[in-house]
Amino acid sequence: MSADAKLAQQIREISGVDTRKCMKCGRCSASCPAYNEMDIRPHQFVSYVQNGNVEALMNSKSIWKCLSCFACVERCPRDVKPAKVIEAVRLSVIRQRGENFLSPDEIPALLDDETPQQLLASAYRKYRK
Amino acid sequence: MTYSYFPGCTLKNKAKDLDFYARACAKALGFQLEEIPEWQCCGAVYPLASDEIATKLSSVRALKDAKAKGQDLVTVCSACHHVIKRVNDDMANVEEIRTKVNNYMSDEEPYNGETKVLHYLEVLRDVVGFDAIKEKVVNPLKGRKIGAYYGCMLLRPSVTMQFDDPENPSIIEDFIRAIGAEPVVYPMRNECCGGYISLKDKPMAANMVDQIMDSAAWKGAQELITACPLCMYNLRNNGTKEGLPVTYFTELLAEALGIKEEVQA
Repeated sequence: MSADAKLAQQIREISGVDTRKCMKCGRCSASCPAYNEMDIRPHQFVSYVQNGNVEALMNSKSIWKCLSCFACVERCPRDVKPAKVIEAVRLSVIRQRGENFLSPDEIPALLDDETPQQLLASAYRKYRK
Repeated sequence: MTYSYFPGCTLKNKAKDLDFYARACAKALGFQLEEIPEWQCCGAVYPLASDEIATKLSSVRALKDAKAKGQDLVTVCSACHHVIKRVNDDMANVEEIRTKVNNYMSDEEPYNGETKVLHYLEVLRDVVGFDAIKEKVVNPLKGRKIGAYYGCMLLRPSVTMQFDDPENPSIIEDFIRAIGAEPVVYPMRNECCGGYISLKDKPMAANMVDQIMDSAAWKGAQELITACPLCMYNLRNNGTKEGLPVTYFTELLAEALGIKEEVQA
């Protein structure tokens, strides 16, 4: 198995998503509130994995733009769950490359008087290991 | 009726009022919230990866505690509810996760998703009943035009959350009617507020908050209510313009039940 195929297989395993189910209707991207902020869009995540091009996804800024709002999951007529693919790519970057998107040193400057604990807990869970 | 209650980290700190009003209103409406001893933070986001186990354990511990007492587990925070309900679904239906979690907690009785997880609003709707609440309202919020802000976590994915119709929900509108006010339905009520993006990407959160506020104002809402501390933070603080006032649904419930001053004191 080539390195690319191995990576794609790993994304399938972490996400539990069968990318072959996608019928390319684009409803996930049409539903995505972060669409305009993404360089690679939710429907493309599914097809990139299917085509074994995970490296491009791992270098995409989209993995830090997904909100895990589950609009794509809710509206997919084939139950593909694109948000899980994006999460698996993001986790692969964090696990394999140790690339964290949030450093504890940054935190004090990001806080204000109202910042809820929930925001810090969720950002930590999403952005680093 | 007594429920196991999981308040969550934010309700002990920045969202204390969401918690206080919830407890006081429960008492007034005739049900008890018994806080789970030594509960641990749910993690605020559901671990989506199929191979993540450790991040689900705190939810399982709370669920097991409720099971041991034979109680349903109630949360008020949308995020806690979302995480705990989805982890419970994994424990009931995903064999690999259930086996790994139970193996890890090997000295205890296995847990198989037996506990029922309810959001506070579901208790109001399905146990107390909105009609019964209406009868207990002493201070109906007449003439107030209130928009329900659902956000993401209560509704999606609906196959697991089973909270309401994910595209056209009505539970908070029915709640608003029960407390004597007029619900305002607006298009963006179940769109994301930006969630955790607001920590590092304020402009993106601002864009989303502005759209929600514009949509609600356009339909004539004068104020919004929410169940989520992070939605509250984003809606209140991260828009680019003066938005509609936002309060927790429990505060308006306390106001309508005539116990708000008592709670504040």
